[in-house]
Amino acid sequence: MTLESKIPSGPVHEKWDRHRFELKLVNPANKKKFDIIVVGTGLAGASAAATLAELGYNVKNFCIQDSPRRAHSIAAQGGINAAKNYANDGDSIWRLFYDTVKGGDFRAREANVYRLAQLSVNIIDQCVAQGVPFAREYGGLLDNRSFGGAQVSRTFYAKGQTGQQLLLGAYSALMRQVSAGKVEIFPRREMLDVVLADGRARGIVTRNLVTGELESYSAHAVVLATGGYGNVYFLSTNAMSSNVSASYRCYKKGAYFANPCFTQIHPTCIPVHGTYQSKLTLMSESLRNDGRVWVPKEAGDKRPPEQIPESERDYYLERKYPSFGNLVPRDVASRNAKDQCDQGKGVGETGLAVYLDFADAIARDGREAIAAKYGNLFEMYEKITGEDPYVTPMKIYPAVHYTMGGLWVDYNLMTTIDGLFALGESNFSDHGSNRLGASALMQGLADGYFIIPYTIGGYLAGTRLPDVDASAPQFKEAEAKIREQVDRLLSIRGKRTVMDFHRSLGKIMWDHCGIARDEQGLEKARQMIAELREEFWENVNVPGDAADFNQALENAGRVADFMEFGELMVKDALDRKESCGCHFNTAYQTEDHEALRDDENYCNVSAWEYTGPDSDPVLHTEPLTFENVELTQRSYK
Amino acid sequence: MSSKTINLTLKVWRQNRKNPAGDLETYQANDISTDMSFLEMIDVVNEQLTEQGIEPIAFDHDCREGICGMCGAVVNGRAHGHMPETTLCQLHMRHFKDGNTIVIEPWRATAFPVVKDLVVDRGALDKIIQAGGYISVNAGGAQDGNTIPVPKENAEKAFNAAACIGCGACVAACPNASAMLFTGAKISHLALLPQGKPGAKRRALSMVRAMDELGFGNCSNEAECEAECPKGISITEIARMNREFIKAAFS
Repeated sequence: MTLESKIPSGPVHEKWDRHRFELKLVNPANKKKFDIIVVGTGLAGASAAATLAELGYNVKNFCIQDSPRRAHSIAAQGGINAAKNYANDGDSIWRLFYDTVKGGDFRAREANVYRLAQLSVNIIDQCVAQGVPFAREYGGLLDNRSFGGAQVSRTFYAKGQTGQQLLLGAYSALMRQVSAGKVEIFPRREMLDVVLADGRARGIVTRNLVTGELESYSAHAVVLATGGYGNVYFLSTNAMSSNVSASYRCYKKGAYFANPCFTQIHPTCIPVHGTYQSKLTLMSESLRNDGRVWVPKEAGDKRPPEQIPESERDYYLERKYPSFGNLVPRDVASRNAKDQCDQGKGVGETGLAVYLDFADAIARDGREAIAAKYGNLFEMYEKITGEDPYVTPMKIYPAVHYTMGGLWVDYNLMTTIDGLFALGESNFSDHGSNRLGASALMQGLADGYFIIPYTIGGYLAGTRLPDVDASAPQFKEAEAKIREQVDRLLSIRGKRTVMDFHRSLGKIMWDHCGIARDEQGLEKARQMIAELREEFWENVNVPGDAADFNQALENAGRVADFMEFGELMVKDALDRKESCGCHFNTAYQTEDHEALRDDENYCNVSAWEYTGPDSDPVLHTEPLTFENVELTQRSYK
Repeated sequence: MSSKTINLTLKVWRQNRKNPAGDLETYQANDISTDMSFLEMIDVVNEQLTEQGIEPIAFDHDCREGICGMCGAVVNGRAHGHMPETTLCQLHMRHFKDGNTIVIEPWRATAFPVVKDLVVDRGALDKIIQAGGYISVNAGGAQDGNTIPVPKENAEKAFNAAACIGCGACVAACPNASAMLFTGAKISHLALLPQGKPGAKRRALSMVRAMDELGFGNCSNEAECEAECPKGISITEIARMNREFIKAAFS
C-alpha cells in the first residue's frame, strides 16, 4: 500500500478552506442514521464526541476511568497556544506555523501544522464561550504568557491547571450531549480490539473493567483518541492507566504506526527518588519563564546551593543560548541537563538533577507575584519533596512526557484502515520530532472540535456502508482471541509481578532508547526486550479471575503490548540514521552537540506495517516537503 | 529529602463478590520509605500480597499528581488522610510515624456503591453535571474571546470554584453524604461568568433536583466538606448555590 497523505493542492494558507469546501456533506437529516464510536475522553476524544453529537450523529464514547473527566489531558499544566496576537508582539498564524515546523525539527507536515495554527484562534473562542476560566488582566481581557521555544507571548492559561480547565470544558459539552441523548458514555471499559468488515473499521471489542465481560459494539466509523505511549518507559509523567494497547491492537489489524521512536523527554520534572517510585511529576515548563537553570561549575561540588557563590555557578542554558536562554525547546533543554549530569555536575542525592532557581525572580518581582503565577506548582513540589522552593532552588531532571509518534493518519486524520480515525496524541502528524510547549492541548482540541467533524462527514457521505451489527462473526472472533490471551495470562502464575516486568522494560527503554541513543545500545535493547518478553509469558504472576474487577489483569495486558511495542520503537530508532528533535543518535551531532539531521535521506515519516508475530514489520515512508519554511539547522543561540 | 523507613500496620477494607458485606483485614507494611506517596506504599503492599498468593487491594488511582480526582480513601477516619488540601496520591509517608496503625476504608455514601475493596462508583457525580453543569454552546461560531471581558476578580473566583476535581471527598466527609460542595462549585463557577448567565436559572433548579434524586443528603452546615476538600473549595460556594437556587425558584 502506498501512503497517500491526501494533502490538498494550492498555497498552504488556502488548503484547509479549499478542502472543507471539497469534502462531501452528510445531509442534516441523515446524520442520525450514523453511529460513531469514540474511544477516549481526553481533550481530543471528549471534544470530538461532543461535537459529532451536536451535529446529529449517534455517538458511543468509551473511557478507561470511572468518569470521562479523568482522562490524562487533565494533568496538563502550562497552557495552550493560539495565534491571537493579543499581546501585540508580532505573533501571527504564520509565525505559530513557522515556530511549530522549526520546533519539530522539520519532521512534521507543513499542511497539517498550518491548519493547526489557523484553528488555534477558534479554540480559544470556543473555550471562552464554554466558560473556561482563563487567566485575565485587570481590564477583564485574556492574559498571555510566553512558553518554551517561542519568543512571543501566545500561551493562554488557567494558573497551572490549564489542561484541567480545558478538559472540564470539553467534558461539560459532552455531558450536555449525554443529557440530550446523543452520546452514550461507557466508563471503565478498555478497548481491546478494532473490528473490520469489508476492510473497514466497523466496531470495537472492550473489556468491562468492573465485571470482566467482553462487549462488542458496532458503528459506521471508529475514532481513536487514546493518548500516548510514554508509559513504555514505566516511569513517565503519564497517568498510571495511559497505555498503547488500543493503538497497538489497531496496528496489528493494519493501521500503520508512524515514528514510534519520537518520544519527548520533558526537561522540568521532579527527579527520581527511589526504586519503589511509580511515576514522575512534571513541573510546568512555564517555570522556565522566571526560574534560572544552573549547576555548580565544578564537577562533584556537593555544597548545598545557598553556599555556592554566584561566581561558581554555571547558568549553562543562558551561557550557551543567549537569545532563548532558559526558554530553549524541550529537547535542547533535556539534552543539556543530561550532559551536565554526565559531566558530574548534577546535584542532589543521586546527582541526577539540576537547579531551577527562583531567587532572582522573587527578589525582582516579590514573593507574592511569583506565588500568583506558580503558587500551585510550588505547593505540589513541596508536597512531593518536602522542600520549599521559595527558599531552596527546585531540583529538576528530564522525564518522559509525550509521544510525538502515533498511528499514521492522512490529512483527514484517517489511519490506513478505512473508517478508523486517530486524534490527538494517538496520531503522529503535527509535532514532528519535538513538540513545543502548550501545543498538545491545541492539537487535541483542533482535531476534536474543528477537524474530525468535517472529515468524518466526507468519509461517511462518500462510502457505502452496509449494515454490520455486533453479533457478526468478526466480533465473535475478536472476542475469542482476547479471551484466549486473558486466560493465558491468568494461567501462568509465575514468580514475578506485572509491575516488576514493567519496571524492567522501562529501564531498558530509558537506558537505550531515551534522551540519547546509539546503535550498539539499541541493538542490545532489542535483544533484552525479546528475552524479557519471553520470560514474561513464562513467569508473570497475574492473580485473580477474569470475570472480576482485576487491576493486575488489566495491567498485564497493557504490559504485554508494551513489550512488543518497545521493540518497534527500538527498530524505528535504529532505522532512522540521523538525529532530529528528540531522536538524538550520538553518532549524528553537530560540533555544538546539537541534533544533526540528514535531510537527503530522512526527510520523511516512517510508517510501520505489522506483518505477523514472527516476521519483521515493513517500513513505508512518506516524504516530507518544505515549501514555506526553509529547511535549516535549528539554532536557538 | 532525607529518607528513612518506617513500619506500619494497615487495616484495610476488603469487599468483593465472595465477601459482599466486607470487613477489615490486617497487613504489615514494613520498610516503608518516608519519601513514598501513600499509593506507592499500597503498591508495595500489593506486590507483597501478590507474591504471597493473596489478591491485591483494589484501589482507584490514575494521574498520581493530585488533579484527576480518581484516587481517594478514608484514612484513619479522614477523607484523603489528615493533611490539608491533599489528595491521597499526594499524601506522603513522611507524615506518618514508625509503628502507626492506619485504617483505610472506601468512601461511604448511599450514592457511591462499593465496586470492590476501596473502589466505589461515583457515576452519580457525572449525572449531576449532566443535569445542567454546562453552558449551552455548540462548537463553531463563538465570538472572539476578548469580546467577553470578565473582571479579574470574578474570573479568579470562578477559577477557584472550577478547581474541583470531582473526587467525592466532600460526600465522604459529610455526615449526611451531601454533594452540595461539588454541585455548588459547578453552579458558582458558571454563575460567576457572563457566559453562564443565560442558563443560570435552569441550571440551578435542575442540578439541585438531580442531586436530591440521586440519593445525596442535605447540608446541615457541618463544613466537613470544606475541611477535607483537596482543592480548598470553600463552603461559600454552597451559599452561592443556595442564592442561585432561591433566585431561580422565585423568579
